[in-house]
Amino acid sequence: MPEVLSATPGLYPLPDWAKDELAGLKGRQKGGLISGDEGEAIVAAYEQAREEVVDLQTDAGLDLAVEGQLRWDDMLAHPLAVADAVETRGIVRYYDNNNFYREPVVTDDLAASGDVGAELDAASGHVDDGLAAVLPGPYTLADLAADEHYGDSESFLAAVADFLAAEAEQFSDVETLFLLEPSLLESPPGDGADERASEAIDAVASATDADVVAHTYWESHGGDGSLDEKVYAHLLDADIDAVGFDLVADHEGSTYLINEYGCTDDVALGVVDGQNTLVEDTEEVAERVEWTLSNTPGADFETVYATINTPTFYLPSSKFEEKLETLGALELTEVTA
Amino acid sequence: MSNRPADNREQFRPEDHENDNFLLTTVVGSYKKPKWLDRARELYEDPEDGFGDEEWEEAKDDAARLITDEHERSDLDVVVDGEMRRKEMVEYFAHLIDGYEFNGRVKVWGHNYFDKPSVADEVEYGEEWLVDEYEFTSDVADSPVKVPITGPYTLANWTFNEAYDTDEELAYDLAELVNTEIERLVDAGARYIQIDEPALATTPDDHAIVGECLERIVADIPEEVRIGLHVCYGDYSRIYPEVLDYPVDELDLELTNGDYEQIDVFTEPEFTLDLALGVVDNHTAEVESVAEIKENIKQGFKVVPPEQLTISPDCGLKLLPREIAYEKMANMVQAAREVEAELDAGEIDVGYAAPEVSADD
Repeated sequence: MPEVLSATPGLYPLPDWAKDELAGLKGRQKGGLISGDEGEAIVAAYEQAREEVVDLQTDAGLDLAVEGQLRWDDMLAHPLAVADAVETRGIVRYYDNNNFYREPVVTDDLAASGDVGAELDAASGHVDDGLAAVLPGPYTLADLAADEHYGDSESFLAAVADFLAAEAEQFSDVETLFLLEPSLLESPPGDGADERASEAIDAVASATDADVVAHTYWESHGGDGSLDEKVYAHLLDADIDAVGFDLVADHEGSTYLINEYGCTDDVALGVVDGQNTLVEDTEEVAERVEWTLSNTPGADFETVYATINTPTFYLPSSKFEEKLETLGALELTEVTA
Repeated sequence: MSNRPADNREQFRPEDHENDNFLLTTVVGSYKKPKWLDRARELYEDPEDGFGDEEWEEAKDDAARLITDEHERSDLDVVVDGEMRRKEMVEYFAHLIDGYEFNGRVKVWGHNYFDKPSVADEVEYGEEWLVDEYEFTSDVADSPVKVPITGPYTLANWTFNEAYDTDEELAYDLAELVNTEIERLVDAGARYIQIDEPALATTPDDHAIVGECLERIVADIPEEVRIGLHVCYGDYSRIYPEVLDYPVDELDLELTNGDYEQIDVFTEPEFTLDLALGVVDNHTAEVESVAEIKENIKQGFKVVPPEQLTISPDCGLKLLPREIAYEKMANMVQAAREVEAELDAGEIDVGYAAPEVSADD
């Protein structure tokens, strides 16, 4: 019987009051977004919002809290958007969603900014224990960015991995690190690149003492709907503690991979839908966890992170809060395998 | 059963049109709202302000009259009211359709939010959608009026689906409602309908679903009614040539924004619909010169002959300052008229490679 911990992969919606207040303080245009040197009023608004979303998680009973990443205007590309040696240019679309980000263009040697670490430090004061950090995975971040400095995709991926590793080295008091890797499904690496993607994840994971979850989500439009088998097999070579699966998008494909190729000692199961306002009840979520464990009989997981499948900024605040409560109540339901 | 593309373009040629060639000029639809209309909405939405239904209706009528007039002053052949009554292209319709509910705003980018609705029950035709809007605009306009309507695929795709097993089923149900509305519009006299499906470009693998929706929408719509489809942003090579099978008369595309890098996509196989070509960029506040727009228009001749070409901005102009939007429209019309005259004079070498198609066809 594994230990089941309720958690989320971060990237929360701003509370409604903060949507209005920060739009007023920062403006709605490209030039008004986070740059890393915002003024006092903006810092204060984010501080208040951060405390609220950390408290929400505590009140909901989540085992592992995240900072919320409320400052991330560019939802996955944020660490690059605030880094030196990066210019943000046109507005481009995130995958097939109706969400956009400023294209980060790397124009010089990348160096960690410490921005994410500072956010975690600010959040740690509101959490007794069990703080989780969130970063884009190196493959995803390199996929979303443009390179005008390193010259080829191999060097660029390695540089992005080093950059994220240097960010992670600055994290203190972090129990778990979620590396978000949707690009492994949305634009899967081919031969050779799949191995390099794994090495890049390994480089980031090796830079921290925290448990590392490489969290994958969405269905692959380029493949058969699941994480590509070779990509998955290579991912298992990285020094990570858990692979994260999107059970909402593809539960059968995910269990097939686990049964066919094995898995890490721990696993993250995305069992709550982060992109739909239909709120699951806790019993239904528990059944999804149980179904996954009973359909992967060869695996003997030590820790299961029961999570929302994707970041949650897609949701209106009210439904987001209800989903946190559903997930947080999971420990009240017996999960057997 | 409708047979499209249909020969329904000439009805929009103005009686006093000076040139033999005719490049139909129009806009995609949305337009910057006057600041006072935004203020009026705030007053209306605050129950303590005493700004009631009657005042709010009057404000919307005044704005629709104003922007329709602005379109006519720019000499467009076909006008709209700038969608003054619509806050957003999904939200407006979702408020009118039974089965939808609203739970709050979600992020689009930065601090721009969208009141993304949820379908919590089977959708049904509820309140009237656009007939009143069309009748009002027609009354105040001397020019023909186009009606933009958000397509069922986008209404389904940009919605949280809580009630249907798949978004595809939801889209088909919504297509029946859109069909109902278009039949009502046709009965009211509308002769130019534009179905907006921007979501298609974000999920090109679903082009067959959009096609099936369109079949349901245009069933029994007479051929004299011009049906356009607007798609913007994205990799068009992933939906072409499949879109040629859609039962529409005209395909409206955003191409200026990408410097026409994708124009060659539409040259092979032959483009058999009418092409509504974006020739000014709605993303930039720099007004393109007439000369520049004329060159953009000529890009269209790589795809279709002049008699299949409609001239339009890339997309709606709602994010531009009004004076900039107006200047873009005015320059666009002037450029179209100059290109027509040069075509009449044989001064433009039309690159379209289908000489058997003559202007008399």
